[in-house]
Amino acid sequence: MEYEAVIGIETHVELATASKMFCGCPAQFGADPNTNVCPVCLGLPGALPVPNEQAIEWIVAIGLALDCEIAHRSQFHRKNYFYADQPKNYQISQFDVPVCSGGRLDIEVAGVVSRVRINRVHMEEDTGKMIHVGGGGRIKDADHSLLDFNRSGVPLVEIVTEPDLSSPQQARAFAQELQTIVLALGVSDAKLEEGSMRFDGNVSIRPKGTQEMGTKVEVKNMNSFRSLERALAYEIERQTAALEAGEQVLQETRHWDEGAGVTGGMRSKEESSDYRYFPEPDLVPIEINDTRREAIRNALPELPAARRLRWAALGIDPASIAVLVAGGSDLAGVFDGAVAAGADPKTVANWLTGEVTAFLRRELVDLGATPLTGGYLFELERLYAAGDLSSTAAKQVLVGVLAGEGSPAEVAEERDLIQISDTGALATEIDRVLAEHPAAYQRLKEGDPKVVGFLVGQVMKVTAGKADPKVVSTMLRQKAED
Amino acid sequence: MGRRVCMESVRGAPTIGGMAIDIDIAYVARLARIDLSDEELERIGRQLGGILEHAALVQQLPTEGVEPTSHPLPMVNAFRPDRVVPPLERDTALTQAPQAEDGYFRVPPTLEAE
Amino acid sequence: MSSPADLTLAEASAGLRGGKLSARELLEATFDRASLTEAELHAYLTIDHENARAAAAAADEAQANGLWVGPLHGIPVAIKDNMVTAALQTTAGSQILAGYVPPYDATAVTALKSAGAIIVGKTNLDEFAMGSSTENSGYGPSANPWDTTRVPGGSSGGSAAAVAAGSAMIALGSDTGGSIRQPASLCGVVGMKPTYGLVSRYGLIAFASSLDQIGPISRTVEDAAATLEVIAGHDPLDATSYRGEYPRYRSLLGEGVSGLRVGVVAELSGAGIHPEVLSAFRSAVDSLAEGGAIVSEVSLPSMEYALSAYYLIAPAECSANLARFDGVRYGLRVDGATVEEMTARTRAAGFGPEVTRRILLGTYALSAGYYDAFYGQAQKVRTLVIQDFTRAYEGVDVLVSPTSPITAFELGSRTEDPLSMYLVDVCTIPSNLAGTPGISVPVGIDGAGLPIGFQIMAPALGEEVLFRVAAEVERASAWNNRRPPMVEADHGV
Repeated sequence: MEYEAVIGIETHVELATASKMFCGCPAQFGADPNTNVCPVCLGLPGALPVPNEQAIEWIVAIGLALDCEIAHRSQFHRKNYFYADQPKNYQISQFDVPVCSGGRLDIEVAGVVSRVRINRVHMEEDTGKMIHVGGGGRIKDADHSLLDFNRSGVPLVEIVTEPDLSSPQQARAFAQELQTIVLALGVSDAKLEEGSMRFDGNVSIRPKGTQEMGTKVEVKNMNSFRSLERALAYEIERQTAALEAGEQVLQETRHWDEGAGVTGGMRSKEESSDYRYFPEPDLVPIEINDTRREAIRNALPELPAARRLRWAALGIDPASIAVLVAGGSDLAGVFDGAVAAGADPKTVANWLTGEVTAFLRRELVDLGATPLTGGYLFELERLYAAGDLSSTAAKQVLVGVLAGEGSPAEVAEERDLIQISDTGALATEIDRVLAEHPAAYQRLKEGDPKVVGFLVGQVMKVTAGKADPKVVSTMLRQKAED
Repeated sequence: MGRRVCMESVRGAPTIGGMAIDIDIAYVARLARIDLSDEELERIGRQLGGILEHAALVQQLPTEGVEPTSHPLPMVNAFRPDRVVPPLERDTALTQAPQAEDGYFRVPPTLEAE
Repeated sequence: MSSPADLTLAEASAGLRGGKLSARELLEATFDRASLTEAELHAYLTIDHENARAAAAAADEAQANGLWVGPLHGIPVAIKDNMVTAALQTTAGSQILAGYVPPYDATAVTALKSAGAIIVGKTNLDEFAMGSSTENSGYGPSANPWDTTRVPGGSSGGSAAAVAAGSAMIALGSDTGGSIRQPASLCGVVGMKPTYGLVSRYGLIAFASSLDQIGPISRTVEDAAATLEVIAGHDPLDATSYRGEYPRYRSLLGEGVSGLRVGVVAELSGAGIHPEVLSAFRSAVDSLAEGGAIVSEVSLPSMEYALSAYYLIAPAECSANLARFDGVRYGLRVDGATVEEMTARTRAAGFGPEVTRRILLGTYALSAGYYDAFYGQAQKVRTLVIQDFTRAYEGVDVLVSPTSPITAFELGSRTEDPLSMYLVDVCTIPSNLAGTPGISVPVGIDGAGLPIGFQIMAPALGEEVLFRVAAEVERASAWNNRRPPMVEADHGV
């Protein structure tokens, strides 16, 4: 029998607010353990939560970007379960009235566009971090555990899809598109490796063509797009093998083991899903009226789908667009700035998807942390278009600008990369080369086209690479005709 | 399965007096994470049965179309601005911990992955 | 000569301002009274001699420099031990918090200190405020100053007993189902539960968040109103804190009740109320009528369901509120091989029987399959209670009833039957469900020499009229600041 997979994705996005969801502690990543904590996020007796207004605005922005309905009135609930990294032993989350519901996101795999329906987008808080000591860091062999509550209470947005995906490739495309949107909105770092964006998959399989859903397995712990795709592929294979062998698929949560490339079952208890949700009495309802919702909508930055259309109209090829879109709002801002100033879109796109992207990856920095602006890119493109910089030199200047050496003109000057395209100065050099190479000169005069390249090379050599090869080539051809 | 029977009796007409409210008290104690002996469970289960019989009075009032109240006064949108306030000193945060180590709270190993 | 410990706030303030009394003298008199009574009463869990003395000395010094700190300058105040106090042990009456020292002050405590109050110590209570007698305290019960074989009521029994005995001039209590008004009634003092949201809950160790409210316990209505003026106010740290105007609550004191419409709640002033209580209640109602009030009987049909709804809603909320006591970050820890076992053992050892019972009751009422039948239904009944009140207040300015159906009962007489204990709160619970204010004023003594309290209820934010009627009840009754026999000698009567 042939089977098909039914996949839904739950995504958690940590918002990049300055302070936590329900208290004023810094929400930043990477502080020493238990230094960003207070009575509220430590769950001390008597402490009370007060919601961060910025986080509410941002979840509305995410909902609008995903075409969701924004609830006029929504409500926080307590989700009750004991876990040592959760200080109150309940999580403030949302239940029957989330801020956003019923949206959609279109994704494209191998040229085929499909629509993924969004069930809901709700607001909640993150937990602390538990470190398992001894036993090689494995939970079941650990000697004891250590708790750091710095992440406790960081605003967390959960985005839940309908089970509309049918392949690991689609799941990956969805995850990447969602990350792109979150980056475009500027509401999260969306870094998978730091856990500020996390994906869980709900996977079931069923005989191809049937409608009834199979038993759902939740797969967790994938911290890259690649591992998301691999884990889902493994899980589909595992479930298929089980059904083919006449076994049942258990409803459970499984952890992806990146090293071993397998998913493994986790201990689950009978009561683990009895969360006893009830309205959070410490918080009052959230009301978002039409005026406020539309104000947030009007302030939304351009979203990836719109960017793609606009850039395609500029003649940018789809592969470059994909890279530009993936770069988020910073990259888009630099690109659009340069183009708006009058730079050639294709040249600028090539640089951004080539040298700039490579530089950022190599140096592990964000574009926003470099001095590169649309204005600098435009200046560079003018130098290049005017022939003052060769293609190679322009790329060198670009790296210099990224590294903070100054404006393109300053870097070109400092690195001595301005081309000689002044025909007067070049004529002297050309005459000298022709005098040194009489045989070649002869062949040139006889109209042998192959010798032009050799002579251009010689001119480049005597000018230490600063001659504009195009200008030299033209001048040599004129010599031949003289 | 005992619980399903109970649900039916809750929905049924006689909601007070004579109604046997069946409570899986061991399950409830596990949910509440309280380690009780069988004897304690048995005693508390019995007491809860009596209290719930009285509490089940709430089912006698007709509440068709009545909205539930989770908050006594009609308030909405109590927010705080996204401003950082200085956190606690780490020593203060850890000073009441039954066990601490290297700036962390220390606990025995966990059985369950989250 | 009488002890300064028996002065009212108004009298003490006048003495302090006029230089006839120092904060230090007042505090020492309060400590002396505590020495005299504590062995029998056990009203306090912690008395903070050292810091209180330092604060009193600072108050006197400030005054010597011409600085009057605020309306509670030099006034000895006790705090129920479910409000956190920085660097001062706070247990909520539970062994699970034995030795716990919080890093911050509750907002209400900060307000008291800013107003110049001297914090005497922390008073006893039923564990996590769950109870009506203080017998559920993890540190032993308190006794009633009028008869030390009887309970002071609860859960703010320590606060009520301390104020009645004079080991505090004023105390803060918290009221979730009557925990300020009922012990005030049983101890012959004034106890007031404000409108939900008027006093910040930040730093109040939560029992049932949608019902809990901090309020004053004092010996006079005026003192209660003056204290509320200090502790009420918007707090950005409490999302349920009221965001409107906060009037001066003493503004209508002494205006009398002429022309005010007073409704006697039929369901709370007949069957189930002890005859002696009822008789004292009726006399007080008559005195209001004599004072010009228009008295009528009002029926609130949902009242008899309020108790049932309360005993689902409060335990449900408490089951979540008390989940944080897990042995991980603070408080008691009983070791276990795993963190799960450690937490389960810690909670079993740290919580007393009533708290355990309520956590399990609430957990059950919220658990899969039961939510709609119990918690969901209780929330709808809550709506009906609110609607009943709203309708009633269209016709009357205040509602009245006895505060407690009975006077102080014998220690140990009801501990075996949880339900009989719950029934003691039948008159006070409706105001908590509705979030509306209520006050208990002493109006008489029963045959056993035990105080009887009179409850006045008002619509949300109706504190001014509430105090106005309360002051008239106080004036018209023959109570006249009567003191318990155990302190009469010291009182100089």
